[in-house]
Amino acid sequence: MPDATGLELIGKELGKAVLDKTFFRERATLDIDPTAVRAVLSQLREKGFAFLASVHGVDYYPHEPRLGVIYELLDMRRVDRITVRVRLPTDAPEIDSVTPDGDYGAGWPTANHQEREVYDMFGVVFRGHPDPRRILMPEDYEGHPQRRDFPVGGEPVLFTRDEAQWLEARE
Amino acid sequence: MTRSNGDVIDYSSLAVRESSAEQMLRGGALSGANQPAHLKGTDIEGAELERHVHERILTTTLDKAVAWARSNSFFPLAFGLACCAMEQFQTAGPRMDIARFGYEAFRASPRQADLIILAGRVSIKMAPIIRRLYDQMLEPKWAISMGACCSSMGVFNNYALVPADKFMPIDVHVPGCPPRPEALMHGVLKLRKLVQDDPDAGWRERYGAAGTEEAPAGA
Repeated sequence: MPDATGLELIGKELGKAVLDKTFFRERATLDIDPTAVRAVLSQLREKGFAFLASVHGVDYYPHEPRLGVIYELLDMRRVDRITVRVRLPTDAPEIDSVTPDGDYGAGWPTANHQEREVYDMFGVVFRGHPDPRRILMPEDYEGHPQRRDFPVGGEPVLFTRDEAQWLEARE
Repeated sequence: MTRSNGDVIDYSSLAVRESSAEQMLRGGALSGANQPAHLKGTDIEGAELERHVHERILTTTLDKAVAWARSNSFFPLAFGLACCAMEQFQTAGPRMDIARFGYEAFRASPRQADLIILAGRVSIKMAPIIRRLYDQMLEPKWAISMGACCSSMGVFNNYALVPADKFMPIDVHVPGCPPRPEALMHGVLKLRKLVQDDPDAGWRERYGAAGTEEAPAGA
């Protein structure tokens, strides 16, 4: 982890794309502007955070903006980690995909499936993603089940063949 | 006698009749060099002959013989869904040794299998695939739902899973999370008993699916 001072320095270098900096329990987090995600990740890669360890989503309900997309970056040489977080509203949850290469530099191929999973579970749309399909749920599934306002689902399960006997036996 | 699928079987040509056995004895099948030592030099008749025949000849029906053969040689489908599959492998291992009962031939193709063990959780994305596997199996076929998830969705009773009963007929439910190999073995032996004792108590009767046979009677 960059220490608190290191985080300040990184935040200063990234400029106004950084909305907030958190250093909590030895964990450095940058809250950034969603429109700048590609640029910020490219800059961090140049600093040595060249490994995208994880992309995942969060629903911060009831806080607004509700959705979060979190990029965990790892510097393999210094064994240093940094977390990049963006927050998105539920009415327009769109963000640039970091999967493809582009004018900001090389993409992160590992983000391909993980962005698909975030889309599948939270409904965040990744602009420019090469294959923006669902990955876990069936393709005709409606809704995004990891959102907090999504019903948990499930159903009462009855072993209908024996149910009558059981009810009789219980009485 | 009419079988469950409507075929009429003429047992008169199949059954070994006592009268023909009697004729065999009378005709000298047991005389001379072929005669057992304790019967040498004796001609048995009457009640003694009856007893002799009853001791040596087993009569049964074709249905029972077929059910006996089927129930002692299930060919399970080599198919695992989740953690229950680990326990399923163990039933084939040396400790439980499913081969003792004749069920060791795990087939890689549903066309060659007659028993599917749903070992694990079934997601709604997997359900149509399992249903297709089940439909590809040739009749007669049986299904065991292994573990809590497959029977009642268990701890995953949420948006992602579906219990196996909702999309295919299940003959035996094995409870547990996961069931130990001996529990699965117990379930398979329950299925053996079901097939032996009451082969007609198949899933069509229980699920009201009469008339959905691949080759209906008279076809």
